[in-house]
Amino acid sequence: MQFLGRVGTVLLGLSLVMAMCLPVGAVEPVKIGVLGPMSFTQGEGHWNGATMAADEINKAGGVKVAGVMRPIKLIKVDTNEFLSIPDATNAVEMAISRYNVDFLVGGFRTEAVQVMQDIAMDAKKIFIGCGAAHPELCTRVTKDYDRYKYWFRLTPINSKFLGKVDFILLGTAAAIMKKTLGIKKIKVAVVAEKAAWADPIVHISQKVLPAKMGMEVVGVWRPSPVAKDCTAELAAIQRSGAHIVFTTFSSSVGLTFAKQMGELKVPAVAVGINVESQKSGFWEATGGKGNYVETINTYARVAITPKTIPFYDKYVKLYNQAPNYTAGTYDALYILKEAVEKAGSVNSDKVLPFLEKTDYIDTAGRVVFDKSHDVTWGPGYVTAIGTQWQDGEIKCVWPYHWQKVFYEGTVPFKLPPWVVDYWKNKK
Amino acid sequence: MILDIIIDGLIKGSVYALLAIGFSLVLGVARIINIAHTALYMTAAYLIYIGTKMMGLPAPVAMVASILLTVVLGLLIYNFFIKPIQEHEAAVLIATIAVAMMIQEVFLMIFGGHYLGVNPLIDGYATILGVKVTYQHLLALGLALVVLLATRVFLQKTRLGLAIRSTAQDREVANLMGMNVTRVAMGTMAVSVGMAAITGAIVVPLVTVEPTMWMHPLIMMLAIVVLGGLGSIEGSFVGAFILGFAESMVVFLLPMGSFLKDSVALSIMILVLLIRPEGLFGVSFEEER
Repeated sequence: MQFLGRVGTVLLGLSLVMAMCLPVGAVEPVKIGVLGPMSFTQGEGHWNGATMAADEINKAGGVKVAGVMRPIKLIKVDTNEFLSIPDATNAVEMAISRYNVDFLVGGFRTEAVQVMQDIAMDAKKIFIGCGAAHPELCTRVTKDYDRYKYWFRLTPINSKFLGKVDFILLGTAAAIMKKTLGIKKIKVAVVAEKAAWADPIVHISQKVLPAKMGMEVVGVWRPSPVAKDCTAELAAIQRSGAHIVFTTFSSSVGLTFAKQMGELKVPAVAVGINVESQKSGFWEATGGKGNYVETINTYARVAITPKTIPFYDKYVKLYNQAPNYTAGTYDALYILKEAVEKAGSVNSDKVLPFLEKTDYIDTAGRVVFDKSHDVTWGPGYVTAIGTQWQDGEIKCVWPYHWQKVFYEGTVPFKLPPWVVDYWKNKK
Repeated sequence: MILDIIIDGLIKGSVYALLAIGFSLVLGVARIINIAHTALYMTAAYLIYIGTKMMGLPAPVAMVASILLTVVLGLLIYNFFIKPIQEHEAAVLIATIAVAMMIQEVFLMIFGGHYLGVNPLIDGYATILGVKVTYQHLLALGLALVVLLATRVFLQKTRLGLAIRSTAQDREVANLMGMNVTRVAMGTMAVSVGMAAITGAIVVPLVTVEPTMWMHPLIMMLAIVVLGGLGSIEGSFVGAFILGFAESMVVFLLPMGSFLKDSVALSIMILVLLIRPEGLFGVSFEEER
């Protein structure tokens, strides 16, 4: 009897230990790999956006997969793609094979994302890009649907549309300059970093500006993406008599260029793409010399949709910086959640048809994917915005009643006072 | 355009000269190929950022403190990583690459890959013969010339300078003449790192402070040193201005190819080496040994 009692006690103890070892509910999480250069601002954006969304979703109970509420588990995958593309491929391989992720979000440099895309597609993992802009990433879907169908791009809009917005911003600035300063023909200096994604913009601008927009291209400069000094380029630009500098920068050269342009008070307006100027730290890093720089952007504190300002404010509160477009991982997670819940599965092939039918109002606009799985651009969809640094603050300056689109909180574009003075005195 | 090239080339050349001469000194005297030289230049830049932006120190105080701290760090690196393997040049080369990478990773860990900036000492710009030049660039040019001149005087007029020059000419004979070659090497290392730190302090308001900022100057510095002649101070001085002007010319004459400025500078180096393998001011390698 005593023996039986001991056995019973041991069995009870063992069953208690086993019960304690089992996770509550034993629910398998939905694993999402967040890809990005984590030591850099872009990677921080990827991670911060995804973390914010995962926390919100998990607090609300998780993702409902076939009637079971499953939490989201994020896997931080440092691609180090700024310094080494092979690091990026290793990282994504590890995310898939070791951590067995269900989905992938993020990526930044087109050159690295192309390789990561191949690995993800071969593993049949849905990959929502939130960083790389080159059209080729989505063209692959139409060219070889069976292989690349698992790829979607959420942010930014592709470089073809970035180019369109770019030209609209340029046209708007040119019109303001013409009206304010009485300049008859606007001269434009095209300055683009030497990178694959910038090539189409340079190519088109040389054709479109003189032929369709009535402007004169006074020169094209292609500094290295990591150039540490642009004074020679700026001296040449000033000699060219340019009224507008049409910029295409995604790397550190954008900071150097803006800082030195402000220091030298070059009498021209900087308009275009300058990813560095999308960041909160830009003002301090340029010592305020980046004032009046205008860039295409994804987020600002304006009501693009009812979700934008709450997202923006919460992001600033949590991370003490404004979100850049890589923080689109926030929306990527919600879009995935919606598709997974409709599919009732995390299997890529089952989720895919629902993802293709996405029609979702996110923080940057209404997301509908086109046939190439690219985010649709235009009025009523995602438009992107134009922001300008105005005395230490990032202000949204476009769309300003463009195609009946106006986001509450948008302000007029401002010309730098030294530009106004120079061209008025020149008359 | 010629004026633009001259002014821009002068500024670039003077900064390159500061880096290259410091590197040449320690190479000529102690046969140390210190790849970490520009990582120490970056260290000075980061220390100034910490001093001015994070601790709120006045810029001149932060500059002096950063130069001193960088020299101390340089001497520690010499004692712990270089001195024990000094006789093996290839090992020193590899060790200093490792040290440079370590420094990069430390800054990457602390500051991330964020691009940081330091305010210029003097705001504004001057217009010289129609060319706009910021006061900070002029200050950099002036300071670079003063430091170069001071280095010249130091090497020509002081006992340590004499020791450095004689050790650079023939290490074995200097040793036989009773000079403490190891101490001379250490002194040279201090001067060399000091020059790297001063360069960092001078250019920090002109550049973006980030963990890979040491790589581009390293490539240019190595090109200059090889072009001028390994270990030749005069050669480094001349080589720095040749490559500085070459960079400026590319931007002005070939705007679409301005990203090629480094490649053109390196091509000039290769061309010179094909014609004169020992570099512009170098002695032939056999003779040197």
